[in-house]
Formats: sequence, structure tokens, C-alpha cells
Amino acid sequence: MLEKALKGSGKYWGLMCFLALLIGVGLGCYLWQFRVGLQITGLSRDVPWGFYISQFTFLVGVAASAVILVLPYYLHDFKAFGRIVVLGEFLAISAVIMCMLFVFVDMGQPMRVLNVMLHPTPQSVMFWDVMVLSGYLLLNVVISRVTFGAEVRGVAPPAWIKPIIVLSIPWAVSIHTVTAFLYSGLGARPFWLTAILAPRFLASAFASGPSLLILLCLLLKRFTRFDAGSKAIQKLGVIVVYALLVNIFFVGVELFTALYSDIPEHKHHFQYLFLGLEGKTTMVPWMWFSQIVGLLAVLFLLNPKVRENERFLALGCLGVVVAIWIEKGLGMVVGGFVPSTQGSLMEYWPTAPEVAIGLGVYGIGFLVLTVLYKVALGERELEEA
Amino acid sequence: MYDGGKVVLGLALFAALCTSPMWVSAARGGGGAEAPELELPPPASGKCVRDGAWMRNSHMELLNSWRDEVVREGIRRERLADGREIERSLTQTCLGCHTDKTQFCDRCHDYVGVKPFCFDCHVDKAGG
Amino acid sequence: MASGRREFLKTAAGAAALGLGAGAGSFLGAQALARSSAGQPAAGGGKRYALAVDTKKCAEREGCRACIDACHVTHNVPRIENREEEVKWVWKEEVQWVFQDRVHEYSGEELRRRPVLLLCNHCDNPPCVRVCPTQATFKSADGPVMMDPHRCIGCRYCVVGCPYGARSFNWKDPKPYIEHVDPAYPPRARGVVEKCTMCSERLARGLEPACVEACTRSGAGALLFGDMNEPESEIRKRVESSLALRRKEHLGTRPQVYYTL
Repeated sequence: MLEKALKGSGKYWGLMCFLALLIGVGLGCYLWQFRVGLQITGLSRDVPWGFYISQFTFLVGVAASAVILVLPYYLHDFKAFGRIVVLGEFLAISAVIMCMLFVFVDMGQPMRVLNVMLHPTPQSVMFWDVMVLSGYLLLNVVISRVTFGAEVRGVAPPAWIKPIIVLSIPWAVSIHTVTAFLYSGLGARPFWLTAILAPRFLASAFASGPSLLILLCLLLKRFTRFDAGSKAIQKLGVIVVYALLVNIFFVGVELFTALYSDIPEHKHHFQYLFLGLEGKTTMVPWMWFSQIVGLLAVLFLLNPKVRENERFLALGCLGVVVAIWIEKGLGMVVGGFVPSTQGSLMEYWPTAPEVAIGLGVYGIGFLVLTVLYKVALGERELEEA
Repeated sequence: MYDGGKVVLGLALFAALCTSPMWVSAARGGGGAEAPELELPPPASGKCVRDGAWMRNSHMELLNSWRDEVVREGIRRERLADGREIERSLTQTCLGCHTDKTQFCDRCHDYVGVKPFCFDCHVDKAGG
Repeated sequence: MASGRREFLKTAAGAAALGLGAGAGSFLGAQALARSSAGQPAAGGGKRYALAVDTKKCAEREGCRACIDACHVTHNVPRIENREEEVKWVWKEEVQWVFQDRVHEYSGEELRRRPVLLLCNHCDNPPCVRVCPTQATFKSADGPVMMDPHRCIGCRYCVVGCPYGARSFNWKDPKPYIEHVDPAYPPRARGVVEKCTMCSERLARGLEPACVEACTRSGAGALLFGDMNEPESEIRKRVESSLALRRKEHLGTRPQVYYTL
């Protein structure tokens, strides 16, 4: 099976070399960080989490969104997803790997990472997050291996895998819920202290994850002989639109609660993000850009005629991914730290080595994804031939 | 087995590479590196907190248990079997006698190729 | 009325603890829930060490750093000027920031700008301890919230969870920033979190915390240390008889540093 990844076109090897380059640069920067500590990042006393943890948060959403394919296909027998459900599971696998790496590169003492297992602490949400993420990785590896293996051999998957697949559905919801609880359970941070954080995370995940999957499917259609089928892609498009609408509604609900109640400690964070506070305006253009792109994308994609045009669909999906990446991958984390618990305004922006390490992690994730997709497509072509 | 010859050759090469340090040192006369000589404190400074042979094997376990009990349970002192009472302190008690870390700890650690993290924080000279 | 409400809270918390226990294992820890409902001095006859700060007496000595220097020298706390990477165990900040929820537009300039001594609050219900994934930070039996730097993985969840900004992460190796390393107390490595430990190493020897000792010696007498579980202790009497504030009372963390303004 894996040998399919060893034979490929020039373009395939070009992509692999590019990803290897990203990984190499990222690894070099990480070794530097490993030696001198997290001082090479833009993080600070007042903003102790930034780029790494926000990418982690965004990617947990991407991982969870595989459920958007698994649920209709296995529980409702929605056949159109049959060809791409394994692609969703593979995307989840690579996203979880990236999540784990982003947490790892954020640690001050990475050599001691196993302390989380050696001294299990059920009262800590972070302990549970490690547990559910590892479990989710395992579930997806087992499910995709067994179901795809059966498909390749032309037999039905064994019966014992069915309950495991069903288990993976609430498990996908749990990984993003627990990740939201990391934030929403902290009395110290009024910005995150909101019960809607977990639902909002899920809504934005079900918009950005399927968008990414649509983009990947369209890329595969363009550069390989694989076609996901327009029925599957159109259905994903509908899911993206509804999830994005729900997400926009949730953000609006949050804004109303914070602004209408007029409670300073809740209001200040939104003011910082959208208007700036005392001349500190680093996030302002990004937040407006994200919100406007998100709104435009939803207005654009609401129209079925637009969605049917795959070019427009790709454009809309790109907008969704960018909008949510900024909103969740930057604004959500940094916004919670400014102003600080002591009312001070220390801004954050990632440094070049920090971004390089992040790109290295993305490189690893996409390398894993490329290999898995190559295997899947290679076996499928063999079947059809 | 497909390509059986190549597979076996590959495995053999791998095994040879992994064990190469042993072959090299055997070719050089067999004895390997000489055991390090440790500089012991003068007899006047008294006996160690445990028997010497035991310490050679298990000092890391003793230090780990001191670490946990001092920091987490506040058990900072200990009465030894011979009745002496000591403070459980790497810098003050251990290095109080073994005054030069480079002539004691490091020699053995270098020989066996371990790099304990103790002195990333703890001061390697007693005093204060 | 008051006691009726308290009873209700206790029952509610008990029920919640049971519900959670059945639903999600010891997700939050039934113990933590039960403790947060008590609102009473800890029972059981153990010690509950606490600190009281007389901010007026403290402010009389303008620019005094006796307590800060004593603490930072004793514990080998590095002096890093850059505010982003600063490490501090005790420090001062103005009333208007420390008690944001108590000052208002008519509070006088002197009060607003009065410097207040800050340190770890050694909460009875510490959020940092709740969130730590390795129990590297933990509550000791007699009150102080402790840090085990050997076990800390440097995830900084405690820094995020602390409502008081009392925790410092070592963004780089602190040793070059320690003027004179005192071998009696180990400095920390880069990549771990540190904070005030209420001088547990001094308490074990029957001494007061270094900051309190330095304050008394300087003649300011603004700091008072003692056992809140001892009804006759000076600190207990002061906290009972004056309006002693704790920071962010509404969060339910029950700090053990008391301020009189």
C-alpha cells in the first residue's frame, strides 16, 4: 500500500521537496528555540500563548470536521461521500499530528512532555485534551486503515469496525469541546468565559474543515485523475454555508452580550480587537479583514448558482478558511490576553522564527497528508483499471 | 520473499553499523575505555549518607526521592541509620564533602555518557 | 438568611459534584467543587498561613524596595529589565490597577496612584493548581501554593489561569541575570514557571517570609504574617476587625493575602 507513495510524477516530487524544505527550515529554527528557549518568539509575560497554540486550536477544528463526512456516510448512508470519506479521515489524521506538534513546540521543557502521562491529573482540562486527541488519532488510523484496506481488497469492511466508527462521531465533537474548555473554564480571562465558546468552535470548525476539504478535492481533480464527484462537493458546499452562518450568528451573540451589557472587563477585549485600545491597534485590520471576508464568503456562497461553479466555490472556500484562520487562529487567543488580568496592554505579534517553526509543522502535516492521499488515489486507480 | 538477498544484506549492514563501536573498540585492544578515577573527599569529612557501593548504583534514586519529598512534602531532613541527622540537599550536603563536581560527578557521568539536568539549576558549589 | 443561603450553596455544590462525578468521572474533581462552596476557614486544625499588607504604611516609604530586594536576592530571582520577559515574585503596582473593581472616577489621586505590594495570593481555591496538567504546582497542607520546577513542562497554562499575574515564565536562561547567586537556594532553568512560595524553605526553619522580615527590619512594619487558623493570631484579629480586601473576590479563589487601604 505505502509503496504507492514512492512512485510519482515530477510535480509530486516537486511538492514533496517543497514540503521537505519547509520542514528543514522549521526544524532548524526549532533547534535554535530548543537551545535558547522561547525567547525567540513574540510571546511575553502578558501574552503567554500565541501563534503555536492558536494554530493548535484552529487545527483541532479541522480534525473534528471529518465527522461531517463520517456521519452522513455511515449513519445516513449518504453514498455520495463514499469516495471522499477516507480523504476526510486522512485530513483528520494529519491535522491531529499537527495539533500535537504545535503543543509540543510551545513547551518550555519539551523533554518532560511525558509528565502529562506519568502524573495524570483529571482536574486539568489539558490532560483531557491530550487524552481525547490521542484517542481521536488512534480511532482515525484504525478506521481508515480497516475500511480502506477492505475497499482495496474488494470486500465489505468487518462488522467490528462499525461500532468504532460510530464512537468516532461523538469523539470528534469531544476534541473540539474539550479544546474550547481549555479556554472557557478560566475565571481569570473574561473574554473566553462564555458558554458559547465550544459551540462556536464547532460551528467555525464545520465551516473551515469542509472548506479545506473542498479545496483539496478541487486540487486533486485538477492535478490528478481523481474526481470526488460534484454531488459530494456540492453537499459539502451547503454544509459550509450553514456552518458559517451559525458561526456568524454565534459571534454576533457574543458581541451583543459583551457590548450591550457594557461590562468593561468583557467589552475591552472586543474593543481591543476591533477598534484598538490606547493606540494599540495591531489586530484591528486583521479582525476587520476576517469579518468582512467571512461575510462576503457567506453572501457569495449562499447563492446555489455561484456554488455550482467550481471556480467560485473554490474562491468562496478560500475566503472561509482565511476568515476563520484569522478569527480563531489569531484573534481568539491573542484577544483574551489584551488587556491583561492587570489591565496592561502588551501586544503580540509572532516573530519570523516562530512563523518558520509553525510552517515547518504545517509542512509535516501536509507531507503526511500528501503521502496518504497518494496511497489512496494510487490504490483507487488500480481498482478501476 | 521478494528480493530476499537484498533484504538480508540490508539487515546485515544495519546490524554491523549499529554494533560498530563494539568492533572498533575490540580491534583496538578489547579493554574499552578505562574506568574513571574519582577524587574522593578526605576521610576527615566523615562517612557518606549511604554505603559507597550502594551509592554508586543508586544515588540517582536517592536524589530523586529527596527531590520529591523535599519539594512536594516538605520533608527536608533525614536521620541516617548511624544516628546522624542531615539536610537533604544536593548543593549543601552532597557537594559539602564532594567539593569539586568536575572531579567526582562529571568523571563518571562522562564515562557512561549520561547528562543529568541537576546542575542546570542547582549550584555546583556549596556555601552560603 | 446568610447561613440559609450558604447551606443552599453547599447542597447545590454537592449535587453538582455528584452529577459531574456520575457523568464525567472526576472531571473537575468533586473535591475542588466542594471546597469552592465552603467560604469558611479551613477546618481540621491545620495551619493556614496568610499575609496582610497595610498599604498606607507601605506607601509612606516612597520608593522603598526592602521586601522586593530581600525576596529576589534570597531566591535568586533574575533581574530582567525588558518588561516582556521579566521574572518577579513580589512587586508593586498602583491601586487603580490592583483594585480595578474598587476605584471609581471620584477616587482621589493619592489613592489611585498608591503603590501596592503584590505577590502570589496563595489562594485557598487556586485556579493555577486546578489547570496544571502535571501537578507541578500544588497546594501544600499549610497554605502556600507551591511550585515543583522539576516537574513543570513549561506549558504556561497556570500563567493563563492565574487572575493575578503572579506567575513568571523563564523565557530564557535566568542565570546571567542574577547578580550574585546564593547557593542556598537553587535558581531555575529556562522553560519553567516560577513564583512566590511564601518562603516555605524559611517557614520550615521557623522563620518569617523574607519580605516580611525585611519590611519589619526597615521600620515600615507594613507586612504582617501569620496563621489564619489561629483565632488569637495578630493577623486573624486584624482581618476580623478591619475591612481587609482580597483581590478579585468575585472569582471565588479565596486569596490569602489581605489588604487594608
